[in-house]
Amino acid sequence: MEFFRIKKDIPFMSYGKLTTSISLVTFILAVFFLATKGLNFGVDFTGGTVMEVHYAQSADLEKVRGQLGSIGLNDAQVLNFGSSKDVLLQIPLKQNKAGAKLSELVMDALHQQDATVELRRVEFVGPQVGKDLVENGAMALLLVSLGIVGYLWMRFEWKFGLAAIVANLHDVVIILGFFAFFQWEFSLTVLAAVLAVLGYSVNESVVVFDRIRENFRKMRKTEVAGIIDNAITRTMSRTIITHGCTQMMVTSMLFFGGETLHYFALALTIGILFSIYSSVLVASPLLIMFGVSREDFIKPEKVEAEEVLP
Amino acid sequence: MNRYPLWKNLLVLVALVLGLIYTLPNFYGEAPAVQVLPLRSNLKADAQLLARVEEALKAAQLAPVAMSLDATSVKARFDDTDTQLKAKDVLRAELGDDYMVALNLLARSPQWLTSMGALPMYLGLDLRGGVHFLLQIDMKGALDKALESASGDFRSTLREANIAYSGVSRDSSAITTKFRDADARAKGEAELKQRFGGLEFGTREEGGDFLLIAHLKQQEQLRIQESAIQQNLVTLRNRVNELGVAEPVIQQQGVDRIVVQLPGVQDTARAKDILGRTATLEVRLVDDEHHLSEGGVAPFGTEIFKDKDGSSLLVKKSVILTGERINDAQPGFDSRNNEPAVHINLDAVGARKFKEATRENVGKRMAIILFEKGRGEIVTAPVIREEIGGGRVQISGKMSTEEAKDTSLLLRAGALAAPMEIVEERTVGPSLGAENIARGFHSTWIGYSAIAIFMIAYYLMFGGVSVLALGANLLFLVALLSMMQATLTLPGMAAIALTLGMAIDSNVLINERIREELRNGVPPQTAIHEGYEHAFATILDSNITALIVGVALFMFGSGPVKGFAVVLCLGILTSIFSAVLVSRALVNLIYGRKVRLNKVAIG
Repeated sequence: MEFFRIKKDIPFMSYGKLTTSISLVTFILAVFFLATKGLNFGVDFTGGTVMEVHYAQSADLEKVRGQLGSIGLNDAQVLNFGSSKDVLLQIPLKQNKAGAKLSELVMDALHQQDATVELRRVEFVGPQVGKDLVENGAMALLLVSLGIVGYLWMRFEWKFGLAAIVANLHDVVIILGFFAFFQWEFSLTVLAAVLAVLGYSVNESVVVFDRIRENFRKMRKTEVAGIIDNAITRTMSRTIITHGCTQMMVTSMLFFGGETLHYFALALTIGILFSIYSSVLVASPLLIMFGVSREDFIKPEKVEAEEVLP
Repeated sequence: MNRYPLWKNLLVLVALVLGLIYTLPNFYGEAPAVQVLPLRSNLKADAQLLARVEEALKAAQLAPVAMSLDATSVKARFDDTDTQLKAKDVLRAELGDDYMVALNLLARSPQWLTSMGALPMYLGLDLRGGVHFLLQIDMKGALDKALESASGDFRSTLREANIAYSGVSRDSSAITTKFRDADARAKGEAELKQRFGGLEFGTREEGGDFLLIAHLKQQEQLRIQESAIQQNLVTLRNRVNELGVAEPVIQQQGVDRIVVQLPGVQDTARAKDILGRTATLEVRLVDDEHHLSEGGVAPFGTEIFKDKDGSSLLVKKSVILTGERINDAQPGFDSRNNEPAVHINLDAVGARKFKEATRENVGKRMAIILFEKGRGEIVTAPVIREEIGGGRVQISGKMSTEEAKDTSLLLRAGALAAPMEIVEERTVGPSLGAENIARGFHSTWIGYSAIAIFMIAYYLMFGGVSVLALGANLLFLVALLSMMQATLTLPGMAAIALTLGMAIDSNVLINERIREELRNGVPPQTAIHEGYEHAFATILDSNITALIVGVALFMFGSGPVKGFAVVLCLGILTSIFSAVLVSRALVNLIYGRKVRLNKVAIG
């Protein structure tokens, strides 16, 4: 079986203008939604209390809300979580006067209403911790970006490092844009997924770049655009199959991994789709824009100094 | 011809065997168990204790599946949680307060595996259920308290030295003492400097007043913070013992935080209560006049307390001092004979009371008792040699450096500790934990099967080899995690799935290269060789970038992110090994020996 028996190179680079404008539009849209709607940060970052409780029968959310209101928690969000028997309570920090003791108060109140209620999970994050996590997350993003540019610079050339990181940060911004647009909850686990995508999609660019470098050495007569087209066409089969396989795993997590892994898998799914697109249609046009040429690889021969021997 | 040298084949074989052995314990699962730990230093976990536990269980007709004795505890494994709970109650009643009886989970794997150090993966709280607390120590409070007690002592010091001053006031960072003239200030400064080594002094004139301003020295601040952390760690350890948790984690995190993880604890209210409790300290006189008979009743006005070795002492009920009067306690050495000693620093009121009490009771013993949850334990009971004034007390004699350190920690724990606050809590119920494991396992299994079906359909024999290599990767990863006893969390399980999904990339790269070579008319054996050679540089490149991400996540991530990062990094390493070496070994085994190979099944 073979899906991609492509005889002629596909002229990807001639679509440069079109793909660049598509990228630019999605990117601007993502930035726009990030700026206007903002991310729906989870309790990890904002601080607050999240509780997951389980009832023997389907839970009546209105009654739960009323009960919470009676102990002064009017702003608590009460939602079903996974099934009608599972309820997720989110209590913002500013309403919480009891600190870590809040979960006991809530459980006592819910117990009075329905004795079958069972506590499944509590997450309480104080304000100090949330701030640290945001800082650490930003630090990790910065460090990852620098590390990747540095490595690619060393391995290839600065033009490649820059092209790859621009393309991949573009993916990251687009994932964040999705999370802002749909107001999906952005938790620590999602952050891990976003950073994993960064590594993963660089991976993709590296494979294409490797081919480009090889082609520069082999195809002495071809133009730069042609060299890149050839590299992309020849790696396309691998690109699609690899990403397809990874996506199978991620899809399986998306549907069978439960609520906790759902958004993690979702971030990865968007990341994988856009990393294919960006490494082929963003990173490579950028390379041309930065003026990559054969001379970047074929180093001029060193002139050996003559030695005078006795 | 594609053949591996013998050592490479052996390497792969050994790795696979080791992987299999260390993965095995995970299949046996874990069984409920009861763990008995002696709490007092003079009690040991020995054969005698083992026999005692065995006896008690036999008497209650509870049959443990297996019993074992290790350096610190006796463990008994049971078939079900019901028997386990009954056994816990029986043992608690039998052994009393001197032992901790904790519920635990023990690997069900056979003895020969356990003796090789092959244990199942260590599950995180989100998979086994339990509580995670992050406590923050109020460092500002600790520094405030140090200044507050110093300012009180300023007054008494100046009064004792007969130096006229017109006021002592304290704000958030400094103590300001007012004098009427420069001369008194100079005398005052000299006196205070001598007594308070941890402070630095400055002077200023303001509105006709001569001010002496004292700040905490930088190193003194650090010392106070460090001791606040140590003190809280010790207190927490003591308290967690009481909860009967088998494998608690109590660690410092950052400058001013402590992580407490209690696997399997469900009663979070009680846990919070116990962790948040404050201990008190009392100094009383020992009653040596009455003789304490075994099992006797304490005479009127006295109480019986045990010390940490379990021996009893008769102590008077009237209290000389309480812990609030203790500013600090530090281990050190006796200046006269260089023996280890504990130096206690009392505040002004405490110093006065102590002076009175010691004057009247020279030659007698006093007991320092630490109360927690209404139960007192004697920390130390030294003899009073002479009247002690000035608030500086030294306890020495018959102690090792280690004991001096422990005693001073206990004393500080009873003094008002720097207050702590829970800033993060994560509780996961056991049913959710089990569900998380099942979900993680399911999604990995389904994803793996889908990949396997596709790879075999698409690359035929080479696809099969890739799938086997991927399986080996999973084997190595699980074995490595079990071997290192790294904590596996739900994000960690997600990382296992993700690395598997990503690891197939290496095999796809190789297979595509081989196909390409074949298409260019290269004979199969050469194509295989070239395919592996060419793909390797790319595999290395792409994995190194992924590794950079993993390391950064590990450095800056906390909690769930860290768990994810550890598995990601390990997974990348195992995937390089399995995708390149294991799959090549398999391909060599299948095709390598055929001299005339005209066709390979690669689709």
